[in-house]
Amino acid sequence: MVEYNMHILVCGGTGCKASQSELIKANFTDKLNEYGLADEIQVVSTGCFGFCEKGPIVKILPDNTFYTQVTPEDVAEIVDEHIIKGRKVERLLFIDPETKETVGDSKGMEFYKKQIRIALRNCGFINPENIEEYIGRDGYAALGTCISEKTPDEVIKTVKDSGLRGRGGGGFPTGLKWELTRKSVSDQKYVVCNADEGDPGAFMDRSILEGDPHSVLEAMAICGYCIGADKGLVYIRAEYPLAIERLKIAIDQAREYGLLGDDILGTGFNFDVEIRYGAGAFVCGEETALIHSMEGKRGEPTVKPPFPAEKGYNGKPTNVNNVETFANIPVIINKGAEWFASIGTEKSKGTKVFALAGKINNVGLIEVPMGITLREIIYDIGGGIKDGREFKAVQTGGPSGGCLTKSFLDTPIDYDNLVAAGSMMGSGGMIVLDDSDCMVAIAKFYLEFTLDESCGKCTPCRIGNKRLHEILEKITNGNGELEDLNRLRMLSNVIKDTSLCGLGQTSPNPVLSTLDNFYDEYLAHVTTHKCLAGQCKALMHYSIDAERCTGCTLCFRNCPVGAISGEKRSPHYIDQSICIKCGVCIGKCKFDAVLIA
Amino acid sequence: MNKIKSLADLKKLQSEVQSKIKLRENGDNPENLIQIKVSMATCGIASGAKDTMNYLIEELDHQGIDAIITQTGCMGYCYAEPTIILTIPGQNPVVYGYVNKTKALEIIEKHIKLNEMVDGIIPVAYSTIDNK
Repeated sequence: MVEYNMHILVCGGTGCKASQSELIKANFTDKLNEYGLADEIQVVSTGCFGFCEKGPIVKILPDNTFYTQVTPEDVAEIVDEHIIKGRKVERLLFIDPETKETVGDSKGMEFYKKQIRIALRNCGFINPENIEEYIGRDGYAALGTCISEKTPDEVIKTVKDSGLRGRGGGGFPTGLKWELTRKSVSDQKYVVCNADEGDPGAFMDRSILEGDPHSVLEAMAICGYCIGADKGLVYIRAEYPLAIERLKIAIDQAREYGLLGDDILGTGFNFDVEIRYGAGAFVCGEETALIHSMEGKRGEPTVKPPFPAEKGYNGKPTNVNNVETFANIPVIINKGAEWFASIGTEKSKGTKVFALAGKINNVGLIEVPMGITLREIIYDIGGGIKDGREFKAVQTGGPSGGCLTKSFLDTPIDYDNLVAAGSMMGSGGMIVLDDSDCMVAIAKFYLEFTLDESCGKCTPCRIGNKRLHEILEKITNGNGELEDLNRLRMLSNVIKDTSLCGLGQTSPNPVLSTLDNFYDEYLAHVTTHKCLAGQCKALMHYSIDAERCTGCTLCFRNCPVGAISGEKRSPHYIDQSICIKCGVCIGKCKFDAVLIA
Repeated sequence: MNKIKSLADLKKLQSEVQSKIKLRENGDNPENLIQIKVSMATCGIASGAKDTMNYLIEELDHQGIDAIITQTGCMGYCYAEPTIILTIPGQNPVVYGYVNKTKALEIIEKHIKLNEMVDGIIPVAYSTIDNK
């Protein structure tokens, strides 16, 4: 076997791949070949490192050097300086936005300090297209132990004792779900992996499948053993080509090694996995809709019960778990329920992966123990608010969640606390908003999403959300009345109470939580017709300060609709009936003469 | 690849392939491990530093000693190549000169395993920026 004395890990997640990480890897290979070092230094394309803000990432081991925003042109310098001469390339090291100090390795970075990586343990560490690297990291050991040495009931007990709850959003105890499916009597059962990730801003499931597909396959096989199923199906959205490609490679390799298929490890246990493609409908994340979609029907939900555990895919008992839930299973089996249960809070055990996005310095994928506070996530891991602006709110749980304000910054995050605060865990999207964001517009944005994604089966969701959106549109256009705020609240509650599935029942959440927490902003929109954040164009009024205007004509020449007029060297004027409030004049004026009211 | 037919087979393959990524796992916690840097500038390579490095990797792996061996640039002791810097956790780094395979083995047997210095130590004649 070739022994390498140095490893160069290049991030191969979707984000970094879009920033030429494949070319970076190819350049490394070429350069090392030039030096005759190909047998000594291994170049590996890994899954996502999480620190997407500064991608593409290149990590060099064993000296644990973390290079950020590497371009294909930087490769030659890294090889010449770091590999050959042993000197780190300073300009590519991470600079802490707070202290302005250069940080050479990932251990010293605030972004990683508070993280505990369980579901993401192999992402950014192994080559996802090489099953042997996964096996070298205890891969398939949990499956081997379960099917060779434990009874299904023992394994289910371990999962129950660990306290693992579904990471797709609902938070239902995973072990209990497995037990219910095991108790259903049938000649055929199924294990389904829900990889239909649709929350705006969330990409954790995609990253796990891209970075560590075997952990999901292994967990699905363990689940199959527990519930008595020999068939697994991964329902994945077709917009995730890289995840699909890596999953396919993983399935083929697992079959080749005898870790999927018939008579796994000589135990007589059979299990195989197939991929089913979704068209990317948000509602298909709901398990009954997902099952209908897999059966070739419209992805519409049905009333529960019957639960999929009794009557699921093709009318047979089916266990549906989300990607991140599955990724935790092998570690729980290997390290024990007690170990897992020691992390987190009383009712929410383990860690949660969040996709951190919005107005924050360190955008990326993080995995933190349950019970961590929003303040720790936003300021310690996320590096604070971008451009030194002020924190306003954080939207958690995607379109089904709500906005949390400053007063919740020190709330320990777990399933129950988030619900108590008027939001939810969801699949883990976390979008940070600053003082320049208008909360009415944010509520409208999320509602637009649910409006698009509603399957239309039930009236409250189909028509109710449309009406909600119309009222918000009216308010942001400056035509809102005080009575509209009551209408919003009443309609939201009706939609919540009467919708058929989770999509409709949670769709008014962004409206309700912004109404609760930012009532002043709504009030300003409808009473004084002002947008406090200066975001709603219809409520803005551009004018030119005649005293400051020098008549340089820059605004006049750049206005795209010809709304500005005036003579050279004399003050200009904006015609309000023509102005489209695009803001070009503000950007062009060198004398701060354009005013917004 | 033949199919893995039992849990014992899986464990066997696991121990075989573990070394492929051991360096990555160790590299994540370098401060707790023995670290050896082998000077690999032109003069070092000409004096056989590559052989020394490969020998150190193989021998430490063979003896089951967890260590990180990396190459580095010119340390300035061109007269005493191949040179290595050995750092035992919690101790100051030591520079050894003229490290051929015999010397390397002596360093492993005495310094690394028994914590006894052996001949060939070069007094460090400079400060690094890490100490400043």
